[in-house]
Amino acid sequence: MPTVRTKDLLDNFNLKLIAGEEGLHREITTSDISRPGIEMTGFFQFYPSERLQLIGRTEMAYFLELDEDKRRDRVRRLFTDITPGIVITRGMDVPNEMIEAANDAGVPILQSPRKTTRVISRLTNYLEIKFAPSTAIHGVLVDVYGVGVLITGQSGVGKSETALELVKRGHRLVADDSVEIRQEDYDTLIGNSPPLIEHLLEIRGVGIINIMTLFGAGSVLSSKKISFIIHLEIWDKMKQYDRLGLDEDTLKIMDVHIPKATIPVRPGRNLAVIIEVAAMNFRLKKMGVNAAEEFSERLSEMIEQEKEDME
Amino acid sequence: MTVERMNEMKEQTFTITAETGVHARPATLLVNKAGQFESEIEIGYNDKKVNLKSIMGVMSLGIPKGAQITVSADGSDEEAALAGVTEIIKEHLGE
Repeated sequence: MPTVRTKDLLDNFNLKLIAGEEGLHREITTSDISRPGIEMTGFFQFYPSERLQLIGRTEMAYFLELDEDKRRDRVRRLFTDITPGIVITRGMDVPNEMIEAANDAGVPILQSPRKTTRVISRLTNYLEIKFAPSTAIHGVLVDVYGVGVLITGQSGVGKSETALELVKRGHRLVADDSVEIRQEDYDTLIGNSPPLIEHLLEIRGVGIINIMTLFGAGSVLSSKKISFIIHLEIWDKMKQYDRLGLDEDTLKIMDVHIPKATIPVRPGRNLAVIIEVAAMNFRLKKMGVNAAEEFSERLSEMIEQEKEDME
Repeated sequence: MTVERMNEMKEQTFTITAETGVHARPATLLVNKAGQFESEIEIGYNDKKVNLKSIMGVMSLGIPKGAQITVSADGSDEEAALAGVTEIIKEHLGE
């Protein structure tokens, strides 16, 4: 898990440091953000002090209504040893009590010119991506007709060669050989390339090639949602491959189940075309057209008809 | 020169008892089984004969419950082939 510090927020967002510079190295440990409204009233029993605190117009208006003693009391309890930072929205002026408390406790106060809800959603998005569970998988990620297809299979089965053929046909390479995957939400996997090997493809006998310089900016993509997995394996005569497409196989990566098709590889099989068609068929199924199911229904009708004729 | 091998061919007749007839899934099982043998295997229903190794062919027959079918095998492993297919039919389709 990467470490996120308050300083990272300052570098990535349009924020201004008002006080508490000492605490900029503090670590943010959760993507949850707290708005300490109830705490302003003096109720600190459930105060999530380890979260980033956001003070909007409502909280600030209430705070300014309080008398000085109460203000001092509230800020003393709000600005704790572990609070990573306090964000003040709408570019509001920061009261002196807060500035003093921030400097005393070493809790940075960051001021944002934007509205509270906007700030919450942007900070949450940023932190969720940073804290998203992630993994790496041996495979190739390609965007085929807008479908993120992860090609897996043993070394030497032809994943990179297939990716090259797909790029030649106008599809886009995301990552070759190693795909970094992070889970967003509970149902989405986003894949990207490790920075060192971005845009590169390794083809046996040729070496490392740069897809972007060879085929142009349109042939690469920095990240893509993974929707479909194609597993390539050497054709095994005794193994039974899916003939109908009525059953859906899946592979679980982290908490997400992704539809998976196993394609047997044999010399002379044009894998790029098969993957293109599999991707299109996948899209078609998403749109509600399922050729295998339609066929199955047609067959049922025909068998029913035959049966009636027989009786 | 064509060699007449009629007398060497193995053949067996079955009656389909499965409610759905030879539907997609049982057809797949049959075809996968047949694919494991070298022999030429055919399935016959109503004067029509198709290769039992071709899934689209088998399903195109639209064989219902109550139908009489014939399975024939011809080749080096015809006995094993017929036995293998018989096993699938008895288990999933009929008698």
